[in-house]
Amino acid sequence: MTITENNKYRCQTAPNYNTAAPLSKKHPLKWLVYLILILAAWGLLYTNLSVIANWLTYSILNMNHTSRLSAAVKFFIFEVPKVLMLLVLVVFGIGIIRSFFTPERTRKILSGKSESVGNVLAALLGTVTPFCSCSAIPLFVGFVTAGIPLGVTFSFLVSAPMINEIALVLLFGLFGWKIAAIYMSTGLLIAIISGWVIGRLHMEKHIEPWVFSSQMSQNTSADPTNWNQRIRYGFDAVRDIVGKVWLYVVLGIGVGAGIHGYVPQDFLASFMGKGIWWSVPVAVLLGVPMYSNAAGIIPIVQALLGKGAALGTVLAFMMSVIGLSLPEAIILRKVLKLKLIFTFFGIVAVGIIIIGYLFNAIM
Amino acid sequence: MKKIQILGTGCQKCKKLAENADAAAKQLGIEYTLEKVTDIKEIMKFAVMTTPALVVDGNVKVTGKVPTVEEIQNFIK
Repeated sequence: MTITENNKYRCQTAPNYNTAAPLSKKHPLKWLVYLILILAAWGLLYTNLSVIANWLTYSILNMNHTSRLSAAVKFFIFEVPKVLMLLVLVVFGIGIIRSFFTPERTRKILSGKSESVGNVLAALLGTVTPFCSCSAIPLFVGFVTAGIPLGVTFSFLVSAPMINEIALVLLFGLFGWKIAAIYMSTGLLIAIISGWVIGRLHMEKHIEPWVFSSQMSQNTSADPTNWNQRIRYGFDAVRDIVGKVWLYVVLGIGVGAGIHGYVPQDFLASFMGKGIWWSVPVAVLLGVPMYSNAAGIIPIVQALLGKGAALGTVLAFMMSVIGLSLPEAIILRKVLKLKLIFTFFGIVAVGIIIIGYLFNAIM
Repeated sequence: MKKIQILGTGCQKCKKLAENADAAAKQLGIEYTLEKVTDIKEIMKFAVMTTPALVVDGNVKVTGKVPTVEEIQNFIK
């Protein structure tokens, strides 16, 4: 099935240590020493990347300081290792955090919570619970059969794919922490509010009936019990996620570097600028089918921003690419009737458009 | 005769799990059947919350991750 193939690089799965083979027999302290050494080397390299990139571009490749090509080459040489290094570190860290939040545990936290509290919690948990589009249905059924309200389930379903570590790393690395924080907080807001609205609409009858006749799933996976296992989970996450997205990141930065060096300044202001009222909804519409390239799209978007595109428009585009995906809609059709899928996408899209206009207005 | 089932709608990890399970069973030299369960309603009958999942003789052994060939051998021995 090609639809799920597209999603593969975003798939991170839940840990299951019930049955896992015994960890490395090395002494735990040894792990810690390795970890500290790796972190120190990481820090040293990361802080000197700019110097290394300059040196490579102008001394080794002997490029002209003012040429367009050198601007593009330097951007590429600097950004690729920077983003990949950040990605490794953050994916590892998130991997460890995620080892505390298996889907089963998240469900346990959410069941029995009142609706508004549930929406907020679900959106927050969505950011740290391992989620993969191929698991969206078992998760949905698992939540609903456990008695978690539909709206709360949707808060989770909006937040889990939209706010993920890959998006946050790229935003932080390429745009800085402010935009990463804006993205995260507005993303959470959209997840909370759209879930709450869906809850108010009482659309339970638009869930396929077989869902309710499903047996409530058992707690099949045990939480990791010690730090060795958590660290291993972190390393597994790095191998899994970075192994799958690195190519998209390199390609995205490559295209971004091209735009950086060759597209004239302010070129985009004419159709992605602040004054263009239709640019936000068009950006959102364009973003829906572009789901699979989230890792590659952010570097391109960063270059666009540098060429006169407005922040709100760019933010809306990004959220739509990452949060609203056609393949996910098709997958969800198995548990949701069309009316509920359209409502879900409609509400989230409206939320994204509002955020887009808001940022175009205030920035 | 071991009955091995792989639950998953067809993502990359499900294929990998099927490959690993096949390799594990072959290495053990046991008699087995391998079935991929791709229909979501059938998958949900096993009451799992994450895929892919490995089922041996009707019992869910692993969910949401791809165990190594060696790990799988322990489940199907």
